[in-house]
Amino acid sequence: MRVKVYITPKRGVLDPQGRAIEASLKSLGFNDVGPVRMGKYIELDVAASSSTDAASEVKRMCEQLLANTVIEDYRFEVEGA
Amino acid sequence: MKWGVVSFPGSLDDRDTLYALRDVLEQDAELLWHKDRDLRNADCVVLPGGFSYGDYLRCGAMARFSPIMESVVNHARRGGLVLGICNGFQILCEAHLLPGALTRNRSLSFICQRVTVRVENTQTPFTCAAHPRELLRLPIKHGEGLYVAPEDELRRIEDRGQVLVRYVDSTGEPTDAANPNGSTHSIAGVANGSFNVFGLMPHPEHAVEPMLGGEGGLKIFRSIIQSFA
Repeated sequence: MRVKVYITPKRGVLDPQGRAIEASLKSLGFNDVGPVRMGKYIELDVAASSSTDAASEVKRMCEQLLANTVIEDYRFEVEGA
Repeated sequence: MKWGVVSFPGSLDDRDTLYALRDVLEQDAELLWHKDRDLRNADCVVLPGGFSYGDYLRCGAMARFSPIMESVVNHARRGGLVLGICNGFQILCEAHLLPGALTRNRSLSFICQRVTVRVENTQTPFTCAAHPRELLRLPIKHGEGLYVAPEDELRRIEDRGQVLVRYVDSTGEPTDAANPNGSTHSIAGVANGSFNVFGLMPHPEHAVEPMLGGEGGLKIFRSIIQSFA
């Protein structure tokens, strides 16, 4: 099963990359742009008998390795679920 | 006392640390391999600077799962001393042996320069040889040294005196201009709640001889030796 994992900095955590992107967008004339948050996108395949099983497996992956939950939030989509 | 310096794939400063300990401080120190589990009776384990596992995913995220780290975590839980320098600090945060996390520098640039840090708490094994509020000149060289922690955690570590070193200017004030990477509260290094684990971004092992531009780093190593005597 194909899983898409999105990792973003938590609200309130300094995100210097997001800020730099925001400043660059503004300097290009995109003056309507609001706060930018920059995160990571991870795509993976997992062999699971059901999307529920896949979801619980991926949750554990996120908690243990893929995200640092001190500073990052994560969410994921199991394709076909 | 015995020292163990861990070599991860991508560690850079393991041999410099060994040099500081063996040649400058005449300590019994040896390298420990990340795939081993044996700490060889080390009283103090040092996780050195570098780019373990290429900094993939997040700095320190992979190294945390090295076989040796299981032993390091057990050593720390038993009250054993652990010192993490730069990448070692990042690994200790990832392993949840220290609070908070380290992210990209405010400037987004890699920084290589000399900084001044102020010793905030001298009642610890890592700082007991320093005077209260003593200023140390140490080099930094990192791209991801901006210290962050959740608000309540930050308050807790400040209240308990877990912030051991802070970036300051030459007069000892933690000004914004003297904060090289944008760290919250100008934090350069923190200890855990029981003060046997300490991580810092500056490199004490690169400041152990006048020829290296200063000896500020000796204070940290001498504190550990003194606390053990």
